[in-house]
Amino acid sequence: MDDALVVAALLLVAAAATVAVFQRDPARQAIVLSLLGLALAVLFTVLQAPDVGLAQLAVGSAVTPLMILLAVRKVRRKGHRK
Amino acid sequence: MTRRARLWVLAAGLLATAAVYAAACTELPGFGGSWHPYGDRAVHAALRQRTANTISSVNFDQRAFDTLGEETVLFASVLGTVVLLRRTRDEKRVAPEPVRVPAALRRYGLLMLPVTLLIGLYVIAHGQLSPGGGFQGGVVAATSLHLLYIAVDYPALERLRPLGLYELADGAGEAAYVLLGAAGLLAGPAYLANVLPLGTFNTLSSGGTVPLLNAAVGIEVTSAVVVLLAHFLAQALEIEGDAEEGRTA
Repeated sequence: MDDALVVAALLLVAAAATVAVFQRDPARQAIVLSLLGLALAVLFTVLQAPDVGLAQLAVGSAVTPLMILLAVRKVRRKGHRK
Repeated sequence: MTRRARLWVLAAGLLATAAVYAAACTELPGFGGSWHPYGDRAVHAALRQRTANTISSVNFDQRAFDTLGEETVLFASVLGTVVLLRRTRDEKRVAPEPVRVPAALRRYGLLMLPVTLLIGLYVIAHGQLSPGGGFQGGVVAATSLHLLYIAVDYPALERLRPLGLYELADGAGEAAYVLLGAAGLLAGPAYLANVLPLGTFNTLSSGGTVPLLNAAVGIEVTSAVVVLLAHFLAQALEIEGDAEEGRTA
C-alpha cells in the first residue's frame, strides 16, 4: 500500500516536471510549477517527511510561482511600451 | 585554455564526481529499511531535550548553528533583492489603476485570509511539537497577507502592510537568533547551547530555547517573504522606467 502511494506520487512528480519543461510560455510554466510543488509536497509527505512537505507546499506551490508571474508581468510591461 | 581543453577538464571532473558518487551510494542503507543510525540518535537526543518534534530539535538544538546559516542566507538574499529592485533615479512610481474583482473571488479571498493567517501562526507556534515550524509557518503567514491583493486590490494590500515595520522585523528576527545564541555562551558551555529549563514534554513551553529560536525564525521568515514579495509587486505594478524607454525604444 505504502509502496503504491510512493510510486503514484513519483509518477505525478515526473509528469508535472515533464509538462513544466515542455511548456514554453513562462506564465503557464509558473502554474505547472505550482502543481509540481504540490506533487512534491505529496511525495515528501508519503515518504514520511511532513516538515519538508510543508516547506515545499508553502514555497514551491505559492511563493515561487507568484514571483515568476510578477517577473513575467514586469518584462511584458516593458515590452509593450517599446 | 582552448574550448577543447576546457571540455576535457569538464568531462574529467564530471566522471570523477560520478565515480565517487556511485561508490558512496553503494554504502547507503537500503530504501525503507529499519536500520536508521542517524535517525535513532536524533530521536534519542530529542527525547532527552523534551522536544516532541525531532526535526525541530535537530534544527534548533542539535544543529542550531546550521539553521543560523540558513536564516542568514535568506536574510542576505532578501537584502540583495531589496537593493537590486529599488526604484532608481530615472524610474517613477505610477499608481496602478483599481481593478474590479469578481464578487465570488473577493468573498473567497476574504474568507481564506484569516484562516490561512491562523494556520501560519499555528504552525509557527507548534514548531516544537508537530511538523512545521518558523520557516513553514512564516511562509504561510506571509502568503496569507497577499490574498488581499488577489481578493481586493494592490492599494488595499499596501495600506494594510506597513513595509517599514516588516523590514524592521526582518532584522529583529535575525538579530534575536544571533543574540539567543550568545545567551548560550554567557549562561552555558557554548554558542547556541540550550540553556533554558526544558519543561514538560509535549507542551507548548517545552524544549528550552527551541520555541524561542523557532519564533525568531518565524518572525524573520514572515517579514523576509513579505518584503521580498513587496519589492516584486512594486516592480511589476508600480515602477516604470523613463530613461529605459528612451534608450530601448
